[in-house]
Order: sequence, then structure tokens, then C-alpha cells
Amino acid sequence: MATSTPTRDAFAPPPGGSQQKPASSRRQTWRSRLWRFDDKASPYAYIAPFFLVFGAFGLYPLLYTGWIALHRVELTGLDQMEWVGWDNFDKILHDSEFWTAVSNTFLIGVMSTVPQLLVALGLAHLLNYRLRASTFWRTVILTPYATSVASAALVFALVFRADGGLLNWVLQIVGFGDTNWANGHWTSKIAISVIVIWRWTGYNTLIYLAAMQAVPTDLYEAASLDGASRWQQFRKVTIPSLRPTILFTIVISTIGSMQLFGEPLLLEGGTLGATGGNENQYETLSVYLYNYGWNLGHLGPAAAVAWAMLALLLIIAAVNWLIGRFVRKSAV
Amino acid sequence: MTMTSPTKAPELGLPQPAERAARRPRRFRPGAGKQLQGGPFTYIALAVVGIGSLLPLYWTLVAASHTQDEVLATTPPFLPGGRLMHNLDAAWTQANLGKAIVNSIIVSGCITAATLFFCTLAGYAFAKMRFTGRGALMTGVIATLTIPPQLSVVPLFMMMSDIGWGGKLESVIFPTLVSAFGVFFMRQYLSEALPYELIEAAKIDGANNFRIVLSVVLPVARPAMMVLGMLTFVQAWNDFFWPYLALNQQNPTLQVALGQLSASYTPDQSIVMAGALISTLPLLVVFVIFGKQIVGGIMSGAVKG
Repeated sequence: MATSTPTRDAFAPPPGGSQQKPASSRRQTWRSRLWRFDDKASPYAYIAPFFLVFGAFGLYPLLYTGWIALHRVELTGLDQMEWVGWDNFDKILHDSEFWTAVSNTFLIGVMSTVPQLLVALGLAHLLNYRLRASTFWRTVILTPYATSVASAALVFALVFRADGGLLNWVLQIVGFGDTNWANGHWTSKIAISVIVIWRWTGYNTLIYLAAMQAVPTDLYEAASLDGASRWQQFRKVTIPSLRPTILFTIVISTIGSMQLFGEPLLLEGGTLGATGGNENQYETLSVYLYNYGWNLGHLGPAAAVAWAMLALLLIIAAVNWLIGRFVRKSAV
Repeated sequence: MTMTSPTKAPELGLPQPAERAARRPRRFRPGAGKQLQGGPFTYIALAVVGIGSLLPLYWTLVAASHTQDEVLATTPPFLPGGRLMHNLDAAWTQANLGKAIVNSIIVSGCITAATLFFCTLAGYAFAKMRFTGRGALMTGVIATLTIPPQLSVVPLFMMMSDIGWGGKLESVIFPTLVSAFGVFFMRQYLSEALPYELIEAAKIDGANNFRIVLSVVLPVARPAMMVLGMLTFVQAWNDFFWPYLALNQQNPTLQVALGQLSASYTPDQSIVMAGALISTLPLLVVFVIFGKQIVGGIMSGAVKG
């Protein structure tokens, strides 16, 4: 038993000293004060690392980004900051490439999140049956999660290649001509969405499965007594019970799709990644930020992009919240 | 143990206590009607998805074991070829993979160890200790989950160069020493798995708070720490965005090396695939061994989320 260790240890040397002499009363109060201090301070000491790390490497830089966005800072001279006011924001907001990146991020986000969550919902439903080797199926479906963005993007880059790509080879058999996946506006977005869907569907499936298994069985019993078909049960019992989980996955996937970086950067290999294709057809906001800051070397506008992302995130959160409220109301 | 209970639920076909067995025939599971089994369609659908999940990984192996010309030929190869060793060797020297592997192990190892320690401490405090501002602080922890790293990379990059960590592993390790998800995960686990009686008993026996952590909390938390450790390791090993900005060619992690290999002027695809194989293989091995625990961990992390 785990408890036996502290018991014995604690009894042998009383806390505060190893002498066996009876402690004086002053010593007693000192010790009890120490105990009280221990009780009061310990919880804060235990949670402090998180807040220290987050403060130093998360919150402080986040705020500092806003300050840098008002300055001229070059990658080549990091210690020289020159005040330029709103110039950086002006620059990116009047850059058509920025708006391309915004719309690309949004489109790829929708194209990857919606099918991914729908497929995950269906898969979770299947995995919720009693199955032989259920752990095996779950593990297999989760395997892509173990792959890095880099490896996944590079493998799919090969699959989606125009010449000698695996997908075009298959499509040729069916009779479709050559598609230059990375070059097309829609096809490149489909390609990136496929990478995202491949990597994350299994993860979302397991989250849904866990939520499904927590649905009380009497709800289904009652529904079947009322003569509800399986499909009706799925729609009227499973989906409503899963609503908080679905909302959770939507939020997580939305935040994830705001961050898409490796997939577009590596889609074509070579040096095209930093601009998201020759017409920026698959450039996301993260790639745009990277291109401005680390490829062109202008960190000021890159910081402005970061704040634009924050603004977008807040807008999405507000829309999410409104939709959530609407769905909840209309469901009653 | 709470973690495995959702996983175990469908396997209740074993002999049950009398009271349970009496209720059993009326038990009903979603969509399964009176028979709880999945039908052939279920297996076919799962097999299709399963093949889709594994095919790209198999294709990595195939592509890594041929020449680039063979991989990109009009009829691509379907079986592994004989060039694997050659390509692995080429990737190893071209992309500085030896150094990259050591770096990846150091980074992921440090992050995992620190995350486990700090998240268990914080999770315990949030689960079992009373202190002013507990609820608000926990909300703060969860709120940080929604902040993408993109928002702070520019100043982070400047800070790291300021304090002399530019291009060094410290710049990747320190920002990720403790994670909001980990704190949340450990709190969920400990608030159910750790009875107050155990803490009280240790207190009466004269243990101070840190002593309680070491001899009561850590043993109880071990199963959850295993899972959190694996999830953290997978994430740290696969992290790309910040390491790609913070590290350079001379001192990369595996993912950074891989990214740079493919961004070189004319990358040889089969050598790139060999690199991808090297970076994925360790995690696939971990997955084959600990798949069940990782699956259970993701499910238990989500069920009350």
C-alpha cells in the first residue's frame, strides 16, 4: 500500500526535528504556524509553474506582439526597433495576398473540419457496436495521429503529385485526365484538407465514442419503447446527448485550422511552400506570417498578422457562441 | 480505475454478479437493437477506413525503398524495394538526422518529464486542495488552451535571441514545460481516483504537503501519468511550427530536419520519404505497444471535457 510508507517515515522523526525531548510550547506554535503556512502556500506553489511558464512564454509575448506590430523590426537586426505606428497594419490590410490567406484559411478550415467531424461521428457510431477486436479498430483508426505534420504532408505531397502521383495514377484508370492538384485553387485546398482529415479523424472519433458510451442506456430503451427506429434514435437521442462534445470538437478543430502551417508549407516540396504555391492558392495565415517574418525578414508586419489572427479568432468565437445559442434555442 | 471504464463497457459479456445478470437482457445499446453485435457492414466500413489510415504509412515505406524514378514512374511500385538502406543512409547524411534524432529525444524527453511533474502537482492542487481563487484560476488554465502559438512567436523569437537561446534547444523546451491540457487531465483523474481519506490519513501521520505528493499522490496518479506522458511525448516529438522557426539547419529536431530536407532545391523524393520513415517509426513502435492505453487516454480525457 502506498500509505504505509509515509506513515512509518513520519512517525519515526517527528516533523521539525529528530530530538525526542518534549517540545516547548513556543516551539509548538512555531511548528503549527509552519504547518498552516505549508497548507496555505502549497497549492499556489503547485500551480505556479504553469502560470509562470504561461506568463513568460505565452501571455507576455502575446501582449508584446501588439507593441512590435507598431514597430519596424527586421530579422537581421533584432535589437533595433523603430516606431512606425499603424504602418504595418496598413501594409498587410492593403496586401491582397493577406486577404487571399484569410479566405484560404477559412475555406480550408471549413473543408477539413466539416467532413472530418461528420465522418468521425459516423465512425464513432460504428465503433459503439459490440465488435470483435474493438481495441484493434480503435488503435488502427488513431494511428495517423502518431504521424507528424511533416511526414504526413510529405507523403501526401507524393500522392498528390501531378506527374507520377499515386492519386493521378488511380484516376487515370477510371478515366480522369491529369489533375495538377497543387496548382489548382480548389484542388490544392482539397489536397490540404485531405491531409488534415487523415490525421485528425481518428482522434475526434475517439472523443465522440467516449461521449456516446456515457449516454445512459435507458434513454435508448425509452426511445425504442416509443417505437423509434435506429436512425431516429441516433438523431433524437445520440446527437442531442453529444451536443457539448460536438461543440468542443468544433472549437478545437477551428483553432487547429487557424494554425495550419506544415501541410501547406510542405505540400509541394522544394521552395514554393513559403508562398503557398505560385499564386498563393493554398497559402494560409500561418504561412503568410512565416513568409513575412522569416522568409522576407520583416517581423513588424508578421506581428501585425498575429494580431489579425487574434481578431479573426475572436470573431469566430463570437459566431460559434451565437450559433451554439441558436441551436440550443431551436432544439427546445 | 476510471480511465478504462469507457473502454471496458462494451465487453460486459463476461459472467456478471447476480443483480447485474438479471438486468442484462433488457440492456440496450445505441443502434444495435437487441443484438449488441456489429454486422458485416460495420466491419467492412471499419476495414475501409482502417486501410485508408494505414495506406499512407505503407506508401512511405514503399517510396523510401525505391529510387525516385521508380516511385514516380507511370506505374508506381506497390511492394517495398531494395533501396531502403541506401536511402536511409542518404537521408541520414543529407539532413543531419543523427543530430536531429538526439535533439528530438532530448527535447521530447525534457518536455515530457517536466510536464508530468508540474501537471501532476497542479492537477492535484486543483483537484484536492482548497485555496482562494481556485475556480477562477482553473478557468484561466482552460482558457489558455484556445490561444494558438502563432500569436506569440514573433516576440518569443526576439526574446530567445535576447537571452542567448536563439537556435538552441532551450528555446523549444522551455515554452512547453507544462501544458494546460495536462493540468486539466490530471485534475480530472485525481479528483476521482484519489480519496480524501488517503490524504487525511497521511496528514494525521504527520506528513507535510510535499511529502503527501511524493508518497500518496504520485503512486495514485501513475496510470494517468503514463497516458499523459505518452500523449505529451507524441505531441512534442511531432511539433513543427515553433521548432521550425526557432531552430536551424545546424541544430534541428527530426521534424525540422525533415522540413528542411524537402525545402532544399531539388529534393529527392525517396530520400525525403526515408527521412519521414525515420521520424515516424519510433512513434509507430510506441503505438503498437501502448496503443490501448493511448486510445483509452484520449477517450478518458475527452469524456468529461
